[in-house]
Amino acid sequence: MSNHQKTYWKGTEQLTNDPSFVKNADKEFPEYLPVNSNKENDNGGTSRRDFLKMMGFGIAAASLAACEAPVRKAIPYLNKPVDVDPGIANYYASTYSTGGDYASIVVKTREGRPIKIEGNKQSPITQGGVSAQVEASVLSLYDQERLVGPLKGGKAANWEDIDKDIINQLNNISASGGQIRIISNTENSPSTLKVINQFAEKFGNTEHVMYDAVSAYGIIKANESSFGVSGIPSYDFSRANVIVSFGADFLGTWLSPIEFTKQYSRTRKVSSEDKTMSRHYQFETNLSLSGANADYRTPIKPSQEGLAVAALYNEVAKLTGNSGISTTKFEFNHMAKAAKDLVATRGKSLVVSGSNDADVQILVNGINNMLGNYGTTINLNKVAYFKKGNDEQFSNFIKEANAGNIDAVIFYNSNPVYDSGMGVELEKALTKIALTVSTSDRNDETTSLVKYVAPDHHFLESWNDAEPKQGELSLVQPTISPLFKTRQAQDSFLKWSGSQVAYYDFLRSNWESSYFASQEPTFDIFWDRTLYNGVLSVSGEASEISMNTADLASSASRINKNYTATNNGMELSLYTKVSIGTGFHSNNPWLQELPDPISKATWENYASISQKMANELGIKMFEGKTSVITVTINGQTIEIPALVQPGQAEGTIGIALGYGRKKAGKVGNDIGVDAYPFVATVNGVKSYSLTKGVSIDGKGAEYQLAQTQTHQTFMGRETVIQEALLSDYKKKGWHRDFQPQIATSKGKVSPSKLTLWNGHKYNNHHWGLAIDLNSCTGCAACTVACQSENNIPVVGKAEVAMRRDMQWMRIDRYYSSNADVSDHEGLEKAAENPEVVFQPMMCQHCNNAPCETVCPVAATTHSSEGLNQMTYNRCVGTRYCANNCPYKVRRFNWFKYHDNSKFDKNTSMNNTLGKMVLNPDVTVRSRGVMEKCSMCVQRIQAGKLQAKKEKRKMEDKDATTACASACPSDAIIFGDLNNPDSSISQYLKLKNHDDEPIKEVNNERAYHVLEELRVAPNVWYMTKIRNKDKVNNEA
Amino acid sequence: MDVTSPVREVLVTGNKTYHDVSHDICRHVEAKPNPKWMGAMAISLGALFVGGYALAITLWDGIGMWGLNKTVGWAWDITNFVWWVGIGHAGTLISAVLLLFRQKWRTSINRAAEAMTIFAVICALLFPLIHTGRPWLSFYWFVPIPNTWGSLWVNFHSPLLWDFFAISTYFTVSLVFWYIGLIPDFATIRDRATNKISKAIYGALSFGWDGAAKTWQRYETVSLVLAGLATPLVLSVHTIVSFDFATSVIPGWHTTIFPPYFVAGAIFSGFAMVLTLMLVTRKVYKLEDYITINHIELMNIIIMITGSIVGVAYITELFMAWYSGVQYEQYAFLNRATGPYWWAYWSMMTCNVISPQLFWFKKIRTNLYATFALSIVVNIGMWFERFVIIVTSLHRDYLPSSWAMFSPTIYDMGIYLFSFGLFFTLFFSFAKFFPVINMAEVKSVLKTSSGEIVNKK
Repeated sequence: MSNHQKTYWKGTEQLTNDPSFVKNADKEFPEYLPVNSNKENDNGGTSRRDFLKMMGFGIAAASLAACEAPVRKAIPYLNKPVDVDPGIANYYASTYSTGGDYASIVVKTREGRPIKIEGNKQSPITQGGVSAQVEASVLSLYDQERLVGPLKGGKAANWEDIDKDIINQLNNISASGGQIRIISNTENSPSTLKVINQFAEKFGNTEHVMYDAVSAYGIIKANESSFGVSGIPSYDFSRANVIVSFGADFLGTWLSPIEFTKQYSRTRKVSSEDKTMSRHYQFETNLSLSGANADYRTPIKPSQEGLAVAALYNEVAKLTGNSGISTTKFEFNHMAKAAKDLVATRGKSLVVSGSNDADVQILVNGINNMLGNYGTTINLNKVAYFKKGNDEQFSNFIKEANAGNIDAVIFYNSNPVYDSGMGVELEKALTKIALTVSTSDRNDETTSLVKYVAPDHHFLESWNDAEPKQGELSLVQPTISPLFKTRQAQDSFLKWSGSQVAYYDFLRSNWESSYFASQEPTFDIFWDRTLYNGVLSVSGEASEISMNTADLASSASRINKNYTATNNGMELSLYTKVSIGTGFHSNNPWLQELPDPISKATWENYASISQKMANELGIKMFEGKTSVITVTINGQTIEIPALVQPGQAEGTIGIALGYGRKKAGKVGNDIGVDAYPFVATVNGVKSYSLTKGVSIDGKGAEYQLAQTQTHQTFMGRETVIQEALLSDYKKKGWHRDFQPQIATSKGKVSPSKLTLWNGHKYNNHHWGLAIDLNSCTGCAACTVACQSENNIPVVGKAEVAMRRDMQWMRIDRYYSSNADVSDHEGLEKAAENPEVVFQPMMCQHCNNAPCETVCPVAATTHSSEGLNQMTYNRCVGTRYCANNCPYKVRRFNWFKYHDNSKFDKNTSMNNTLGKMVLNPDVTVRSRGVMEKCSMCVQRIQAGKLQAKKEKRKMEDKDATTACASACPSDAIIFGDLNNPDSSISQYLKLKNHDDEPIKEVNNERAYHVLEELRVAPNVWYMTKIRNKDKVNNEA
Repeated sequence: MDVTSPVREVLVTGNKTYHDVSHDICRHVEAKPNPKWMGAMAISLGALFVGGYALAITLWDGIGMWGLNKTVGWAWDITNFVWWVGIGHAGTLISAVLLLFRQKWRTSINRAAEAMTIFAVICALLFPLIHTGRPWLSFYWFVPIPNTWGSLWVNFHSPLLWDFFAISTYFTVSLVFWYIGLIPDFATIRDRATNKISKAIYGALSFGWDGAAKTWQRYETVSLVLAGLATPLVLSVHTIVSFDFATSVIPGWHTTIFPPYFVAGAIFSGFAMVLTLMLVTRKVYKLEDYITINHIELMNIIIMITGSIVGVAYITELFMAWYSGVQYEQYAFLNRATGPYWWAYWSMMTCNVISPQLFWFKKIRTNLYATFALSIVVNIGMWFERFVIIVTSLHRDYLPSSWAMFSPTIYDMGIYLFSFGLFFTLFFSFAKFFPVINMAEVKSVLKTSSGEIVNKK
């Protein structure tokens, strides 16, 4: 067989088989290599040179090994979970439902960790809006001070043991006919209520007592009496042309603020096409968020509240031809006008009251009834379950417990020792109860006093459902495996009642039997779909409800007795803050550092007093410096810092509930004063104001409050805040009284016509924001959303007091002043009852940015899409950019805020658990660098990638900023100015969509803050419109 | 050949010969340190160490140790920087500008004034470095960083970058000028030295000076060339420092008057500092014959003139605020005079505008005690001027929501103390080991303008 294979010679040497070639043919390197020269020359030992080489290597290796390198473990998935891709976020619909506060949410998870909460637009109730508390709740999941497992007698135990103990004792109590109580806040989960019912049935003599830290029992009682409906109706502010509120802070804390803000903001949006807006009257004691947004606000004392409602009743009755009620006469400012407006918009108006006095609420029902608001703005067919607490039932429980008649009590996620207002009595009573159990997530004031603790999961670890309104259902799904050895409380109840069913199965079977009715082919499809949507609406039956007006007269006479027009004594009005609320979230540093929307104070509560009272006491607040005052309330004396609050009703003090906690955790403990002991019970109903027994006993030591804004007025600077009356806006169309002009040799010209700059070119995108001052209510949800999205540190009270708060997004709040524009000193003082304006302020992303030119290291530069961007790595921290920023939106890392024991309250950066909340797409900034709003550039990038993957142009839906997405009033619009179809282009009525940096805007309300500086921001503000008859600083 | 009018007052009194001059000045270098000097040095070192603690803590923990906040991003740091740079102006003015204008009276004071300039600039340079958030990366400030996408250049638009070039140039030229001037005197000390170590050290420092005519000629030429180079720098340094403020958008900073106003202020404060130091040195080293009342009077006149220029500038600013019709500008100046920092403004006004006017009286400007007191007052006033410009402009700018106050912490004060410690440690070392008066130049005016000559006539 011949060889047909071709041979390629390496060279002629190979062909000729040159001997020298053959010799080296099989060596890799034909030439001699002196690798081991010594071996050949010497006797195979190590040469001096080799010794030195090895020695050098040895020393280098040893010293390198001696440098302790941190051990970082990155463990890849052995089996990658389905749907979890590193770097790609997953979103799950769920529900935030805590003590009746409700929001349908979408949870963003990264690599299996929930890191951000967004609103769920599918929900007919919250419609994609969230609140500061909802946004911040994700941080509570990673709270190191949550209980990590069950406790028995304060010591760690295991579930089997405590289950055995509890079941045994419950069986014994049940056998001997003992009384069992389950104490919770408002619980509106139908499945949970079923579980509790099952538990109650099993043991007998079991009562589920609901109470609320801030009760609305008065409304429930009033509706029972007026309509026979024991509940709170659904309100629809969006259909109300005239809104009158008596102390109900419906935009801040009352019942369902997210929902109400959504509805209300719809009535406050004006445009050249639709120049109508609602008119809002507020009669209240403390300046609330709602009062700050009102067109007409009248400060009243709590002792006048009943009479004010009665006065409105009579005015409305007079105008509608109904018979009035007999009350003490008192002239309330704006009352007659309010009545006239209400009657003019009958059926399209709404009167609400935050009072917990059933008599007052009956009169409110009467007014709404006369106005024909039932069926339009108020819906009794859709009862809301935001508050179900029954004050009488709870008082009874305390009485029975103190009498020793209760044998077992289970505190289901409630903390009544702290927040029921009867904590002292309850604490005493607890010793008389044989079996005490708590399911709280932490060893709080109540839990620390019970024998068994069966800690519940955080809601982001749980399965559950909620029914905030009749027929409006919502599902809770876990977004992470339980972090600790906790157990869902419902599972505990099921276990204790002897059931072997897991709550998840219970929930599913409950939904299958209750809500699944052939909407989908199979229950699984229905379930998956509902879980995906997060919400489900089930239609109910509407029935005609008519008011029983028989009680009006008796209510009126009781009001006459209980309220006085002229009380000379000091009065106290308790309220809750948008940030801390009832105190449930006390250990959440984001909320503690969130400035109160009105006072801008952080980290504590205080006594708000009027300017007049401050003058009488000799308190002059300057830069947060104030004095402690001694207040005696019902014989109890407290020391509390005073805060001078314009708009506070004369002769009243306002104190926020939710502070002074002793066992919330290291963040929330010993902050402020606990005001719950001052919650009184009047006629079986909790009352949040005291009209007697309150006095200020003088001024004490100087005190520093930590406020993020210490200057209250806008000094008449119209380039900052622009306002107009609705009537003027309607008349003149293009209405901006103030148009800054710059004098040139060719006469006065608009600043937009002048520039020294060549300008950038934005070939692709051009990002911008439009902010409507008219619909922004100042609720601060955006501030927390931004903090959560952008890994913004919490710096603590001392640093905030130094004016070093780090929030990128702030809401400037300005009061009006009565002084003349030229009176600079007078302008610094706010009016006694001022008009208020909120202005969200963040980096303006100027096209001619003053920060960019002054940075010596080019750490802040302009992007090709109009963003002003920070390169943290490059920044050396000269702070020149911050000085040169006319908006003062830049924030400097004065210290290292992460991994620093001095900032241990910054829990999201100072412990391994807390760090799980950090957004991996955003750098945690180091000490000494500048930072600021990036317009959520990481979200823009993610959106661009998404569009690119789908081979299309980027659209609005691909990206929005954290603030815009959180905003419950849709006051912030983000988008691409180069895209004529984007909502921002439509809204601003942009004329050009080319690559020019400066766009011509045709929305008549749009303006730039500090327009005449010609820094050409990419953020526009819409002029605030007030629905008032005339310009009047004294609102 | 220089001709000096006989009616001019003599520059050196006391019938000094060349040897007297050498002896009077060299003896302090040659003698053992005296207890007064040791005490002064101990105090300086004490300040250096106490202040050094504040500096160390700041570097370790961060700029947060200071009283700055989100609104007031610069305060004592840049106030001190501008103040020290200002002080560092007199030396070069005296040696360079007065050399070009052939002002012979400068010969007795230029050495110490130049030394002061250099030490003041060193103190000034400390602040831009440590005021950054990340001083260990400050080299980004002026060095383009090479990276894979091509070198990343610094931002030439930024006045802070101009500052770096201006001050480093000024420092280099001043240092070289000063050192060249020292060479003949080092040689004198070398030649007089009796011990080997001194001889070796001063021998090295004198760069082998041989005193030949050619050497002298080169020396003179170099001096003239350097003086020519340094003269524009006197004007440029503070002009550029003022750009830090003038090119910004902050009301109270954004002012075209700043360059001349800053230069006048710098000369004003520099001369005041020279006087403060000179009056003490003159007394301690018994140099009354070299630094005469005549010198002091001339310097006081310069203080009076520059003080008046500064005063006019202040008033011009107020006028411009009113005349411009700009709301923010008007408020900024109203706030300076009547706002919460009114005391700083009126301290500045009193110290800088009113107090130098006292020098119109010959009695006061020839009185040593009054001069000493006023020289300190002027520097207090000039510190307040920078504080007023920086802090009162920043603390209330455009948006009232971010208005805030600044109050210093002990770390702010500690670092200021550190800069004093550094300055005086350097100055006292100089006074001990270097000739405090330029012997060679004094000798050059001895024949033409000293008591000896006048008496002979």
